[in-house]
Amino acid sequence: MQPHSFDYVRPQTLARAIQVLSENGNRAKVLAGGQSLIPVLKLRLANPRVLVDINDVPGLAFIEERGDQLRIGALSRHRDFEQSKLIREKYPIFSDVASVLGDPQVRNLGTIGGALAHADPASDWGTALLAFKAELTARGPNGARTIPIDRFFKDPFTTALRSSELLTEIRIPKSKAGDGGAYLKLKRKTGDFATIGVAVQLGLDAKRNVAGARIALASVGPRPIRAPGAEKALVGRKAGPTAFADAAKMASEEAHPTSDLRGSEEYKRAMIEVFTRRALETATARAGR
Amino acid sequence: MATKRKKASPKRKSVRPENGSHMITVAVNGRKFTRAVEPRVLLVDFIRDDLRLTGTHVGCDTSHCGACTVLLDGRAVKSCTMLAVQADGREITTIEGLSEHGRLHPIQEAFKAHHGLQCGFCTPGVVLAALELLRVENAPSEDRIRTAISGNICRCTGYQGIVDSVAAAGEMMRPRKG
Amino acid sequence: MAQTTKVFGESVLRKEDDRFLTGRGNFVADMLPPGTVFAKFVRSPYAHARIGSINTAKARRLPGVLDVLTAQDLKDQVGDIITAWAIPNANLKTPAYPPLAREVVRYAGEAVAVVVAESPFIAENALDLVEVEYDSLPVVTDVETATKKGGAPIHGDAPDNVAFKWTLAGGDVDKAFKEADVVVSQRFVNQRLQPTAMEPRAAIAQFEPGTRELTLHVTSQNPFVHRLVLSIVLKYPEHLIHVIAPDVGGGFGSKIPVYPWEAIVCHLAMRLGRPVKWVEDRMENYVATTHGRDHVQYVDLAAKKDGTILGIRARVLANLGAYLSTAAPGIPTILFGFMVGGCYAIQAGRVEVTGVFTNTTPVDAYRGAGRPEALFLLERIVDILARKLKKDPADIRRKNFIPADKFPYATAMGLTYDSGNYAGTLEKALDKVGYEKLRKEQAEGRRKGKLMGIGLSTYVEICGLGPSAVVTSTGFAGGLWGASTVRLHPTGKATVYTGGHPHGQGEETTFAQIVGEELGLPVVDVDVVHGDTKLTPYGQGTYGSRTTAVEGGSIALSARKVKDKARKIAAHLLEAREEDLEFTDGKFVVKGSPKAAKTIQEIAWAAYMAGNMPKGVEPVLDATTFYDPTNFVFPFGCHICVVDVDRETGQVKIRRYVAVDDVGNQINPMIVEGQVHGGVLQGLAQAMLEQSVYDENGNLLTNSLIEYLVPTALEAPRIETDSTVTPSPHNPLGVKGVGETGTIASSQAYVNAVCDAVGVDHIDMPITPEKVWRVLQKK
Repeated sequence: MQPHSFDYVRPQTLARAIQVLSENGNRAKVLAGGQSLIPVLKLRLANPRVLVDINDVPGLAFIEERGDQLRIGALSRHRDFEQSKLIREKYPIFSDVASVLGDPQVRNLGTIGGALAHADPASDWGTALLAFKAELTARGPNGARTIPIDRFFKDPFTTALRSSELLTEIRIPKSKAGDGGAYLKLKRKTGDFATIGVAVQLGLDAKRNVAGARIALASVGPRPIRAPGAEKALVGRKAGPTAFADAAKMASEEAHPTSDLRGSEEYKRAMIEVFTRRALETATARAGR
Repeated sequence: MATKRKKASPKRKSVRPENGSHMITVAVNGRKFTRAVEPRVLLVDFIRDDLRLTGTHVGCDTSHCGACTVLLDGRAVKSCTMLAVQADGREITTIEGLSEHGRLHPIQEAFKAHHGLQCGFCTPGVVLAALELLRVENAPSEDRIRTAISGNICRCTGYQGIVDSVAAAGEMMRPRKG
Repeated sequence: MAQTTKVFGESVLRKEDDRFLTGRGNFVADMLPPGTVFAKFVRSPYAHARIGSINTAKARRLPGVLDVLTAQDLKDQVGDIITAWAIPNANLKTPAYPPLAREVVRYAGEAVAVVVAESPFIAENALDLVEVEYDSLPVVTDVETATKKGGAPIHGDAPDNVAFKWTLAGGDVDKAFKEADVVVSQRFVNQRLQPTAMEPRAAIAQFEPGTRELTLHVTSQNPFVHRLVLSIVLKYPEHLIHVIAPDVGGGFGSKIPVYPWEAIVCHLAMRLGRPVKWVEDRMENYVATTHGRDHVQYVDLAAKKDGTILGIRARVLANLGAYLSTAAPGIPTILFGFMVGGCYAIQAGRVEVTGVFTNTTPVDAYRGAGRPEALFLLERIVDILARKLKKDPADIRRKNFIPADKFPYATAMGLTYDSGNYAGTLEKALDKVGYEKLRKEQAEGRRKGKLMGIGLSTYVEICGLGPSAVVTSTGFAGGLWGASTVRLHPTGKATVYTGGHPHGQGEETTFAQIVGEELGLPVVDVDVVHGDTKLTPYGQGTYGSRTTAVEGGSIALSARKVKDKARKIAAHLLEAREEDLEFTDGKFVVKGSPKAAKTIQEIAWAAYMAGNMPKGVEPVLDATTFYDPTNFVFPFGCHICVVDVDRETGQVKIRRYVAVDDVGNQINPMIVEGQVHGGVLQGLAQAMLEQSVYDENGNLLTNSLIEYLVPTALEAPRIETDSTVTPSPHNPLGVKGVGETGTIASSQAYVNAVCDAVGVDHIDMPITPEKVWRVLQKK
């Protein structure tokens, strides 16, 4: 299984990368970690004319808090999240993602930007970021624009990115006291895509009431989705078993999983309920209230 | 802690000779090789076919089995899921690079002592994946070991001999006190 | 120089390891003779279709393509593939199995054409340029639909897709069921599996016109079988075919068969005059390399209310795939039916097996080959009986075991088990796992809604294939004797030439241990040669856990012949009588005169010089033995699996796995343990994860490691091993076999545990969390 032939460019600047993408439109593909792209090329499911290797473009790999945001460079590798003390301590939902995604070799090379741009309906990163008011920065020939995460995923393997644009950064609101999140993934074995996945991010006030809640689900449709009904069922209530049960039930009803080799629709729905509840419990414990 | 990716050094733009090939220089097991290679060529095929280092194996098509694992600047990667051109300016360690002057590396000794291999096909990949772990943690828990090799499939050993070998290797690699 | 004497039974480190650990293994895909060209196969995407036309012109015109062949081009050059196990008294149909599809394709993945090009890349590009017209035909993939009356069969000469009907019966089954107090019945599916050896298959063929010799390097478990079958298929003289299986990266049965692609690669080499190399990728391996298992079984067990088992009946539909592979007919019959009584003294049994053709990949041996299918159904139905009678599964087993003092034991199904102590391994396993304590914990936990299960699995299996008169009477095209030459060189080093071909099982070490023990040689002084038809005596290869018992047995006998000859020479040189000599530490010593001694090395030199030999003794210490065992060997044991079930999700976690096995004398306990680990995990993988899935068009959905779920280290439990030792009385070394025992025991240990945890008669494998969840939902 060898790829078709293609040209290869390794630009040293962001500007040059964007230029090549603009010149080639959808005949070009971006090569970051390659952990999704190269398998696709090997199976000859895609036949690009040119690969644009962005690994030398400076300034795209960072995980840091700046101002009132957590800012993540698109070229950050999955393992960077596993090893980051900041993530472990203040954004453990992303440690969860990094630990259930792929395997160690994949995590050494694969990037968060690549995973997002690949837009698999089972995307662990996509689902986890949907649990935040995340903003994605896309840079193209006409400059930078911000795409809110709610509008980023369109269809399986299709995003709002134009073919001339590069995803460069992800920003989420900085973690504050009372925030807690978790990502739980049901999978058949290590390295498998999510049968279902649930991402939860809560903001609790001093009395343990839910001030804010975002719940996102993986593998329940053509793209990761939010469960707004479940979110509403939580806000204003005390974080605890009754509220969680209600929210979990709602989330399972808002999802539209399909039966496939990973499980029947019925089972997946039931698991969304179980995993939503469990994720809420973990998020609450992490919120430390 | 923000982490910065180690930059390839020296930085080179890929040069393009006429037939679509690129000249690349890759350091493999401490030796530099300069070759013309087409962009489509996978790193594993470059290692096996161009450099004739056949200790790195191909076991699947979908980047699951890990038999092709090499160390890229010290990190375990699946060489079937990388292009050779991406390795330009980088350092690769294959299984052939572990023993020095005919002496086995401690991890190789440990695999022998604890029956960490049977047919030997997955072995180069799993040894290198484990080595990445042991270079940062020389007393890993069993769970850490199993996670470190979870990108390598073995059909013969049931993994137990491998896990015990890696634990023993860690012990051997610990700096002697006093 | 000190020599190792006691080496049999020691965990000697493996001699094979150095080359594999340093990346210097020699696998077929690593080889690249000068001038090599590359073959790739055009494979049908349709499971059943008539081939209209094949247009190869575009492919031929691609620069770098040397040739494109179809069935037409192979006519009279390459014959049809043959099966080597034509079981008698079964009305066996052997429809044509063409190397490239002729007129009709019968499974998705069947080869329709072959392309040869200067590089693998060009060959792959050329595949897309071969234009094949297909007219689809109705597809059938499961055995029950395939055998329904009236449908168009896949092969004209096999109506209702029946390949054979085979029956084995012993005792009075009807009486047993009439007299029973209770009869339990269950339908079992032993699902289709894909062996997934880590090394994909490969072949390199070379033809030397100067000597007319055809050389084939191939990923085979049995190079001589390849040579014999290829001589027939290629109609080429057997003595001019040289088959070499170098290092082989796992087989598990999938590298036993002779495949069409291997024959075609040979033909191409002769046709093109250049070395031809073919390496399969994993997707190709999954559709074109034989699958395993795939039974539907209807089982009844008759018993008295005190738990005594009176009889067993099994009616089985065995999927053979689209064509009969090399050993296929014998796997679900001979290696299956005889073992359905297991460790129990069941006096009556009947097994009826229907072999079925379907539009799927051919099925052949896969680790255990028939015995997992037998022991699974038995140990499951026994647990179902226990449940029905509300008895402890351990008690039911104890009650029915063949007692330890009754061996050799003639079973109702017609075998003689050589030795056994089933209660011994059961009690040891129960003790090791802390059975009583676990049952107490289980009872208490149940009150709190905790789901914990304990699964017992006792087994005995038939291996060490095998006594030639018996195996050939079952239709196997070859005696299964073991062949060896033990040769001492002038300087006292030794080479062992063996008919086995280990591919991970460690015989390069254990065979050196056998000879080292017999002749007092250091293991490092003994080299083991295998896998080359020009170097070793005729060898039937490595499968059916035969290598240690049969090939090793042959080596022991050859080594003893060498020792006997050495003793004669020593006596002559020492001017003593043979009976006055002792052999210890590699030396023949005159009893009572320690200075009067000759080392084995000195004897080896003397035998080479041959200047002073006893009358009638030939020069050189060299002996060959063809050892025909008088029986199979029957390893046995007890495995126990303890699981905890997550009630909400149905996920199962293995808390403990205990394996107590008796494989007779153990040459190398470290290697024995490794075989148990690997075998157990493959059986557990069947129970937990693996399954071949076809869609309604006959496409294999599980055609990559994305969907075919093989366990990683994180899915594997820690396996606690222990053993008892009950030697085989008829084997020269008292050894049995261990390569497959783990797989034969473990699937049902797991299933028994899960069913015990959730309180249900049966759940079909693989036991996914959803299946468990559904059972719990119903309660």
